[in-house]
Parts: sequence; structure tokens; C-alpha cells
Amino acid sequence: MVTAPSVILRAGLFTNGTFMASSTRVTFPNKLLPYVLLAPQLAITAIFFYWPASQAIYQSVLREDPFGLSTQFVGLDNFRRVLGDPNYLNSLQVTLIFSVATALIAMALALLLAVMADKVIRGKGIYRTLMIWPYAVAPAIAGMLWLFLFNPSMGTLAYLVRSTGYNWDPLLNGDQAMVLIVSAAAWKQISYNFLFFVAGLQSIPKSLIEAAAIDGAGETKRFWTIVFPLLAPTTFFLLVVNTVYAFFDTFGIIHAVTGGGPGKATETLVYKVYNDGFVNLILGDSAAQSVILMIIVIGLTAIQFRYVERKVHYG
Amino acid sequence: MANVELTNVRKVYGSSVEAVKGINIAIDDGALCVLVGPSGCGKSTLLRMIAGLESITDGTVKIDNKLVNDLGPAERDIAMVFQNYALYPHMKVYDNMAYGLRNRGMPKDQIDKRVKDAAQILELTQLLERRPKELSGGQRQRVAMGRAIVRSPKVFLFDEPLSNLDAKLRGQMRVEIKNLQRQLGVTSVYVTHDQLEAMTLADILVVMNAGSVEQIGAPLDIYEKPASTFVASFIGAPPMNLVPVTADGSGLVLGDGTRIGAEGLVIPGNGALIGFRPEDLEVSAGTDTHAGGLALDLKVLGVEPVGAESYVYGMVGGERVVVRVPGRSTSQTEDHLRVIIPADKLHLFGTDGKRISSE
Repeated sequence: MVTAPSVILRAGLFTNGTFMASSTRVTFPNKLLPYVLLAPQLAITAIFFYWPASQAIYQSVLREDPFGLSTQFVGLDNFRRVLGDPNYLNSLQVTLIFSVATALIAMALALLLAVMADKVIRGKGIYRTLMIWPYAVAPAIAGMLWLFLFNPSMGTLAYLVRSTGYNWDPLLNGDQAMVLIVSAAAWKQISYNFLFFVAGLQSIPKSLIEAAAIDGAGETKRFWTIVFPLLAPTTFFLLVVNTVYAFFDTFGIIHAVTGGGPGKATETLVYKVYNDGFVNLILGDSAAQSVILMIIVIGLTAIQFRYVERKVHYG
Repeated sequence: MANVELTNVRKVYGSSVEAVKGINIAIDDGALCVLVGPSGCGKSTLLRMIAGLESITDGTVKIDNKLVNDLGPAERDIAMVFQNYALYPHMKVYDNMAYGLRNRGMPKDQIDKRVKDAAQILELTQLLERRPKELSGGQRQRVAMGRAIVRSPKVFLFDEPLSNLDAKLRGQMRVEIKNLQRQLGVTSVYVTHDQLEAMTLADILVVMNAGSVEQIGAPLDIYEKPASTFVASFIGAPPMNLVPVTADGSGLVLGDGTRIGAEGLVIPGNGALIGFRPEDLEVSAGTDTHAGGLALDLKVLGVEPVGAESYVYGMVGGERVVVRVPGRSTSQTEDHLRVIIPADKLHLFGTDGKRISSE
């Protein structure tokens, strides 16, 4: 059965067209129009997502020399080799630690700042604007900032840390390098999370907080029993976004700060894809890694929606 | 059980905005006091000051003879029903009602008993496992009430609790609130802008305007003897008719120059307003006069039948007035009616809006 193409839109957005009363479903009189309207978005998705993704899948079953002169179909060999590589498993572990730490720290600090900003009465706007600025800093620049601050030989803050007697050297110490990139990555993401938490806090009716106060709940109790549960939709959304951020958007920071080192202590999956593909020119392995990465992220997001979202209460 | 006493309570926002201007109210133990007034008159602010949600700039608030100015909302032993109910959306009805008790560290079995008792009274027993969004407006309202009564507080505070309900449900809940309050005997303060709610619920009615009290008293006393033109036009629907008159050497003159005969009616030199309720007018044929009363000519502008009665709108002396007649009205637009205000139903206000005592 062929039905007229229809698009769900918010009521009132379209005043022409057939508007069905008491429903938000708009039926377009022209069958072609909806496709034309969707075309730009679909084109962008196809060109910048599906095409490269299919290229990656295609390359992942090939073995190519760095110059692309000889290409050979090898089936799943690349996957076998990648998954059997201890360096790859190390990279997986690094990614997990990095992502969990970055997401948690970025979200926890953002929430703390948002709760505090919510209490500010004078200069609220200025305070919020200042909080949002770090988001406008490009990842590589953010990485450089942190590098300059904490580089053991020239960093101002590194100098202070070392003057306390602590042997700060992220160039040699893998754990310290991890701390540094987690800090830089979390610092950059705090602004974004802050913005959403502020909006989330504002959407909680004041009267709920007042009712809880009358009900004898102190400030801390109110936060954990009323505010935090009501922020759950925001928190869940940010969890997904931050995980994806930590996986994919932190390449610039890692590249600028540690370059995956020392050794392979901060080589995340994405960084390894880059390293193997574009530095070492092992194109087949690199492509296989991207495909695995894709599967991991799809799986991760599915788990988040399947299990974590159940705990989310949409008011 | 407690009385509530407000003495010279003031609220100033910033440095100059005076929202509440020195209010004195004493509410007896078990009484239901209704604060009524138009939006922005300070009634909600006053309620929130009693609740402890708003700081008190000046004056004292006493609950059960104890000064509570500096106590937090939780320490005042009050319960409040909010306009939007303020139910915790992520908690079941049971937990919504138990929340306040749990915070006070009450043993589980006691909490359970109290919640179930309250649910019984409010017919919520079947709904205890639901979440607020699965309830209708009226049910949410009941849960909000339940959350207030489980705590057995000294004072109930209601902040326009019925304004989110439709007219029919509002009438029903009004009766329930009244009965519940009587039954529990808990001193209550109720804020509303609806004069009908105010009239029907109040033991003691406080009419507020622009941060001050216009009149305090029993609802019917206020209805029968409004202290000012503001009260006269705010309490009662349709509101009291007010027509300005002045006196000259030979009698009384209305705004448009019409002379009216009124024996025994003394008007101050600078004029006055005569007030009469729409239902107190007698429509008479011909040119009857009424002993001691006031006879006026009314030109009909329109008739609104509302079923049991009809509202006849018209002009008297250049002022719009409304007359309430039982059943259908035979008047037509452009008709001239002779209406008579019995002497004992006539209200007289000075040009400052204050009532001129007739006795």
C-alpha cells in the first residue's frame, strides 16, 4: 500500500498543507516536496558518513601497499591480526580509562558548576558566558594550552608542581600523561555540559524545591532526592554525548599533548587508527580498526539506550 | 492545632518595592482564613512569608504563639499546597506523601499507616503506586492535599490550589477542601483571586489590594458592608454598581445631570458614590417611588440570560450598571426601566473610596 509521504512536525509549524486537527502529523499535498526538503540532510549524511564508512569497510578486507600500487583481497585477515595484537588491546584499555574518566570528570564538574551558577543572582549572564568560552577553543589549541601549562621543561604550572617536590613528568610517566589529556579533554567539555545542566536545572520548577524544603529536606538531601533524579534526562543525554566525544573528538588534544605517548600510554583507538593508517601507512589494519571502532560505538550507544535510559525519568 | 498571628508584616523587594505594607491578621485556632485580591496585591507573598519561603522584611509572624520569623520552612511545622501541586514527578503517589515523613525520620510502619490513612480519606488508595503524570488534574490535587495532611502540621497553607482545575472540578474540590479542613480542624491560610472561592471557604476573609488589607471580616459581613469601593467591586459577581452623585442646593445630581429624589440621603459636599448590588434592585413599572429608597431611570443596553437569572445591562446617570433579575427578562435594548434601590440596600462611599457609615 502506498500512502502519501508525511512528516511529523510540531503543531503550528506549517500553516499550509493539509493540517489534521488534534494531531501533529502534517500531510504534504505534493508527494515530491518532503523528499526535496529532506534531500540536503540526506546528501550530507550520505557523502560524509555512509560513503567514508563504506570505504572503510571495503578497505578493511584489502591489503594495500603504502603507495596503492598493489591491492589484494584478504578477507578477515586484517581483523584477525588487529584483534590479536597486544598493542591494540592496550589501546582499547587506554580508551576505556580515558573515556570513563573524561566523561565522569567533565560531567561531575559541570554539574557542580551549574548548581553553583544557579545560585548566583548578580551577574548571572556574565558568569555563564565566561563558563561557556572554553567550548569555543579548538581541540588542538586546548591541547597546546595544557601542554604549555604542564610541560615539564617550560610549563608554568608544571614548575609549581615540581617545586612541591613531586616528580611531574608526563613526557616519561604514562599515568601522568593520561592525567594531563583527561584534564584537557574534560576541561574543554565542561562548558558544553555546563550549558545543558544549567538549562536542566532551570526547567525544574522552583515550587518542587520549595515543597521539598517544607517537607524537611535539607539542601544536600534535596539535591540528591529531587534535583538529581529530575536531571536524569539531561545527564543521560550528556553521558551519550560525552562518551562519543571522548572516543572521537579528543584526537586533536591527544595529538597536541602527548602524541599517544609516552610509549603507547595514551594511544586511544582513534589515535591508533590515525597512527597506523596515516603515519605507518598500514591501510588495511587501520581500516579494520575503524570498522571495529564503529561497532564498539554502535554497541555502546545501544547499551546506553537499552539499559541506562530505563533509569531515566522524563518528567 | 495553632493560631497564626501576623503583626505589621512588611515585605520590601530591593530597596523600594513594597509588596506587603504592614499587615495585621490574627487567625484563631482551626479557622480557615482566605486572602483574596487581584494579582499583584501581595497575597501570595504574604502566604510565602508565613511558609518561610520568603524572608520577612519587618514585623512578626507567630505560629502557635511562637515567633517563627527566623525559622526555616521545615521548622515551622506547616504544610503547603502549591498552585501547580509541586508533586515530585519521579516518585510514586505513595512516596510523594511519605517523603516529608521520611525526612523527619519517622519509623516505616508509622509512615505506612499515616499514608494509607490519608489515602483512605482522599480516596487515593487505588492510586498509590502511580506516578503523578498518570493522574488527572483532580487526582493530582488530592495527592497534593494528601502530602499536606499526612504530616499533621499546625497550619495548612494553600496557594491558589484550585486554579488549574476546570470549573466543575473546582466547585467539587472546594467543597472537599472545606469539609476536610473542618474535619481535621487545622488552622489554614488560603490564597485565591477567585471571590466565589473566597466567599464560600472563608471563616475569616481578608481582602487585599496593593499590598494592604482593605477589609477583614466574616465573608457575609464583608459582602453586606464593604469597607471601600474596591471591596465592593471585588466581592460579588457581577460586582456592585457604583454611581457618582453630587449634591446641590435642591437635591442630588448624577454625573450626566439627572436629578434624583432621595429623602434622608446626606451626601458630603464634594460628592460621593452610591453603591448597590445588582440583585438588590427592584424593577418597577411606571413612576413609583419607594419610601426611603432611591428610584433611578435605567436605559437598557443589553440583556444576558444565564439560565436561572438574567443580567440586564444599562446606563444610569451616564454610568454602566447591571441588574440581576430572576428567570427570563422581558426587557429589550433601548427600553427604559424604573429601578428602585431599597434604603437598607444602599451603600454610600466617599470620593476617597471609603465607606460612609450610614448609621
